[in-house]
Amino acid sequence: MTLEAKYGVPTVAIHTDKFDRVVRSVAKVNGMPALRQVFVPQPIMGKTARELRAYVDGLDPITGRAVMQEVIEGLTRPFDVDEGGPSEFDRSTPRLIEPRTAEELERLFLDNHWTDGLPIVLPTEERVAAMLPATRRRPDEVVGRMRSTHFREPWEYTVEKVAVNAVMAGARPEYFPVILALAATGVTARSSSSSAMASMAVVNGPVRHEIGMNAGTGAMGPYSHANTTIGRAYGLLSQNGQGGSVPGLSYMGNQGNAYAYSSVTFAENEERSPWEPFHMQRGLAPDESAVSVFSGCRSTAFSLGLRETHWREHVGNLLRGMEPSIPPTLLLDPIAARQFVDRGGFVKKDALLDWIFETARMPAREYWDYQLVQNYIYPRATFGEEPWASRLRAAPDQLIPMFRREDIHAVVVGGETNGYWRIMGCTYQKTVSVDAWR
Amino acid sequence: MPDRLTVLDPMGYPPKVTRKPLAPRLPTLEGRTVYLVDCRFDDSDVFLGQMRAWIGEHLPGVTAVVKRISSVYLNDDPATWEQIKARGHAAIVGVGH
Repeated sequence: MTLEAKYGVPTVAIHTDKFDRVVRSVAKVNGMPALRQVFVPQPIMGKTARELRAYVDGLDPITGRAVMQEVIEGLTRPFDVDEGGPSEFDRSTPRLIEPRTAEELERLFLDNHWTDGLPIVLPTEERVAAMLPATRRRPDEVVGRMRSTHFREPWEYTVEKVAVNAVMAGARPEYFPVILALAATGVTARSSSSSAMASMAVVNGPVRHEIGMNAGTGAMGPYSHANTTIGRAYGLLSQNGQGGSVPGLSYMGNQGNAYAYSSVTFAENEERSPWEPFHMQRGLAPDESAVSVFSGCRSTAFSLGLRETHWREHVGNLLRGMEPSIPPTLLLDPIAARQFVDRGGFVKKDALLDWIFETARMPAREYWDYQLVQNYIYPRATFGEEPWASRLRAAPDQLIPMFRREDIHAVVVGGETNGYWRIMGCTYQKTVSVDAWR
Repeated sequence: MPDRLTVLDPMGYPPKVTRKPLAPRLPTLEGRTVYLVDCRFDDSDVFLGQMRAWIGEHLPGVTAVVKRISSVYLNDDPATWEQIKARGHAAIVGVGH
């Protein structure tokens, strides 16, 4: 799109056929509905050169025409006069929906992909109005912008729009500042990535107790009304605030992700943690309330406690089982957190994270061969971006770090019914003050 | 509860979309240089290598140059676009999956 519109170079884009609807939609919302696009079968990944030559020699599975004929025509056939469509698309969003019965509205919300498939609380004017006094912000104040992918334009949402989605999720008004803070991150919980990402939200500070959030037994779900509905509101706000999350059109997650129902939302168990709370590491005071958002939640490792003799090896094995392009965040029950202090002497959280960084290593030849490392890290390494450029120079059998140190985190959560703990593969994005949205 | 309810629309506000001009098409590819832009996704380099071979066999008057983008596809790559603009006449970008 950039080559066409900004540099004036006639261009054809090649995609696999599963992305037909989504790439046409992206071209349209970027003002280029007539962009020339040609399709080949899915997948490209893992196919031999001979198989891919057959794609080149073959037919576009969408149109049934020869791929190379379409490519050549795409570069040489002039545009029809009406091919470009209107010069502007008016896409204003109404505030109210035409009155209907509750049953009809529930059906409408479901059919429009405005829900997560579960029943919702209908956002009547009365219910939305009841949500709004929980913040001093004006209903028409813009809270933020989101988009499902880098290629789409960001949509905008106001305090009232966030309230609508909070009502739909079943949230209570006292939760609203936390939901607004999540919305203010601008980090979507409904990425369109084919890797089926979910988000994770960690709440710190006094607000945890004020609104009854759970940091103990069952905190990660589904045993807290506050945790569950705040996380659900974050997801609904994301999909609606950004303009949709519709499979095949604006959501391409190949397997979906059950974490997305709640956006893995919980409070940190600060009182039972041996370390400082997560939000303090991001520069906030202990008496401030904040929410921190992580994205890319898909891969999880799990274990029980730390055995006296081989705990180091066990943790190393868990780390090497993680996808190396996604950094680890340790989710530690207080029992497990204290075991890390007792076994490893990690009195400071940073010491634990340093050790995780040093332990998570694998042979360079294996690391660089991971498909996602090839897609997202190798290109950056080849153009000199550190620390990956240095790691690219390692001998094939040299053990190299799987992650960057600054991307590794730990959060304490759980009710000490046992010392189970997990590693969530995810990327920390942002911490936003809840107090700023009261 | 009344029979008919008025509820609020949950969707955010989209930006207005303004149509962007597309580049004029070429009268022919003969004698022109076409860049095959590898977006470095999955095995797109292998695919574009095969497309370059096809062009060599079927369109010998066309110069096909495979060019990898400078980083991941999420980043803009003005140096590559400038190079294509300066030295090429058309581009084939792939493979978006």
